[in-house]
Amino acid sequence: MTEMISELQRERVYKLVLGGTRSDGRTLEEVRPLTIEKNYIKNAEGSARIKLGNTDVLVGVKVELGVPYPDTPDSGVLSTGAELIPMASPVFESGPPRPDAIEIARVVDRGIREAHTIDLKKLCVTPKEKVWICFVDIHVLDHDGNLFDAASYGAMSALTCTKVPASKLGLQDYPLPIQHYPISVTAAKIKDVIVIDPNLQEEQIADARLTVATDENGDIRAMQKGLRGSFSYEEVNRVIGLALKASEVVRAKIKA
Amino acid sequence: MRIMEDVEHIEKEMKLIDENGLRLDGRKPEDLRPIKMEVGVLRRADGSAYVEWGGNKVLAAVYGPREAHPRHMQDPTKSLVQCRYNMAPFSVTERKRPGPDRRSVEISKVISEAFDSVIFTEQFPRASVDIFIEILQADAGTRCAGLTAASLALADAGIPMRDLVASCAVGKIGDVICLDLRKEEDNYGDADMPVAMVPRTGEILLLQMDGHLTLMEFDKAFTLVKDAIGRIYEMQKEALRTRYAVTAEEFSDQTENQPYENREVGQ
Amino acid sequence: MESGPVRREIVIPGERLGGKDVKPGRGTFAEGDEVFSSLLGIRSEEYGRVGVIRLSGRYMPAPDDFVIGTITDRGASYWLANINAPYPAALHPAETPWRVDFGDTGRYLEVGDTILANVLSVDEIKHIELTMQDQDARRLTGGQMVEISPSKVARLIGKRGSMIAMLKDFTRCRILVGQNGRAWVDGETKDMSVVARAVEIIEEQAQVVGLTESVRAFLETEYGMRAGPRPG
Repeated sequence: MTEMISELQRERVYKLVLGGTRSDGRTLEEVRPLTIEKNYIKNAEGSARIKLGNTDVLVGVKVELGVPYPDTPDSGVLSTGAELIPMASPVFESGPPRPDAIEIARVVDRGIREAHTIDLKKLCVTPKEKVWICFVDIHVLDHDGNLFDAASYGAMSALTCTKVPASKLGLQDYPLPIQHYPISVTAAKIKDVIVIDPNLQEEQIADARLTVATDENGDIRAMQKGLRGSFSYEEVNRVIGLALKASEVVRAKIKA
Repeated sequence: MRIMEDVEHIEKEMKLIDENGLRLDGRKPEDLRPIKMEVGVLRRADGSAYVEWGGNKVLAAVYGPREAHPRHMQDPTKSLVQCRYNMAPFSVTERKRPGPDRRSVEISKVISEAFDSVIFTEQFPRASVDIFIEILQADAGTRCAGLTAASLALADAGIPMRDLVASCAVGKIGDVICLDLRKEEDNYGDADMPVAMVPRTGEILLLQMDGHLTLMEFDKAFTLVKDAIGRIYEMQKEALRTRYAVTAEEFSDQTENQPYENREVGQ
Repeated sequence: MESGPVRREIVIPGERLGGKDVKPGRGTFAEGDEVFSSLLGIRSEEYGRVGVIRLSGRYMPAPDDFVIGTITDRGASYWLANINAPYPAALHPAETPWRVDFGDTGRYLEVGDTILANVLSVDEIKHIELTMQDQDARRLTGGQMVEISPSKVARLIGKRGSMIAMLKDFTRCRILVGQNGRAWVDGETKDMSVVARAVEIIEEQAQVVGLTESVRAFLETEYGMRAGPRPG
């Protein structure tokens, strides 16, 4: 999925991070500017368009009636999907979701699900027969690195403004019951340097990647290591610490 | 264009045109919905544009010309023009499963053909101009909004063309020919006809219709939509000019024949 | 024949530029006696020939163009380079200053290397050939690459090289600008970052009045409000 980067650029980015700085002037631990526009899509029950630096992601939440899973007959359902649409990058192709898109969807889903973000019990209409299903659809519009976090922030932002359309059942619409706020933060390891919220070029030369989702109590809810390199135990702990720190500002922005 | 719709929200006795001849949203039969256009909204794509048209929110992007892949698809005499029209799952009232459905495939094809007619494809043998239209929010007339946005994206990408292509739809509600149907009108109206034209020459590049029109009604409808297309064309030009506003002095040294005399080499 | 005042207006694809009184130049097409623009660009007229200078779009290679490319593929007797054009460009050993034995191409240029070269030729089906015969052509190491839209390269260079000279004076960096929208910058880390940001300003504001002043103000701020280039 990655485009080719020249040796010259590769060396340049590495030199920068070795010196503790990045091409956009950030420190190694800083997250790019995040802007959030909620309720972007009227036809959706919840939505948000977010920009993390120049990465642009639109997430729509559709809440529809459906049948519960047999093993959780009185719980609503969360279903997450991601599309890396071809316009977002010259290397994205049309077609069914490739492993990259699927990984992003599953990691975002895990972060949200494992934190019990949504009180799924409150989405039950008739046990065993009818529940509300939350479809979270992530649409990546412009790729400038760190799709994991951008997708996650978009999904969380959309969920926080989602309304359950209970009026379809003759009841009152009500806000989706959110009880936790997991925030994911991704780190990239470039040789032996760790950077938070990698931009596209940093991602292109990264050896390993680690996404950590933490909740408002400082507990870990989900993790995903990616790419072919490795992390030491100390490095993992370091990333967790950096993730906890960086997540606070993001959480405040999403809750606003 | 008919979108598969759940009908729970629409009351059966709803009047699409009231006693004053006004439509649901207060428009007269010949009125367009409010339209906003913005050019150059994405960074990765070579060209892009965003259009809000009534309740439609449409993003279009162009990559190209770029080498066509797979190799066997390359045409040694000209560029391919490939358009992909897609609706986001959250763009419609009832969630749409991701991925192309037959309707999207058909719309992609007719839009590709429309642009193939105006792009100077012979300037780029073996290449492809890839156009992507993404419907983020739908309210009838998405292919017209998409095509209009794609035209802007093509110009933004520096693709040589004979003209911009502008598009609009016209329909019939009861006996009244109405321009630019919205969702409810499209679902309960009696005809819908999206059209795309080369405004300068009057060539029709896209024409589809479903419903029932007498020959006279067709004439009336076409006249109405042709005029609207002219208005949309003016908006497109304005959007491009706004994006690329320039003053004379800034380019005073630049002529097409200027040699590259400022080679900064070996310093 | 006098060229007359050079007229500058934005034109849109399909816009009429003239009739029998003009000859069609680059970026235009003729239909009957009428000449129209095929591009979004600036109208320019010289010696009765009207052309359109493109405001956007990918790089279209022309012979003699000075370009900065990245090697993307290597065979036993050729290299392929990405020069930001719609097609990859080929470089053959005969067009380099080296004596390359068959199969030995890797000794001189590897995939991922960056080169300064010239466009040698472009044929009818757009096969692009590069040459490194020019004495300034070479493999580049160190420094950093900065990208700019090919249509804005002229703004980066400026009137008679004024913009690029200003950048070099302030930042003390070596700067080489390729027609294909790539510039190579070499200097101190901090100074190279300043060049990169100045290029971003030019990219975003190429069409705005007073761009040169904006860039100068930015540079002056970066280097402590001095009124001119650093001494020494």
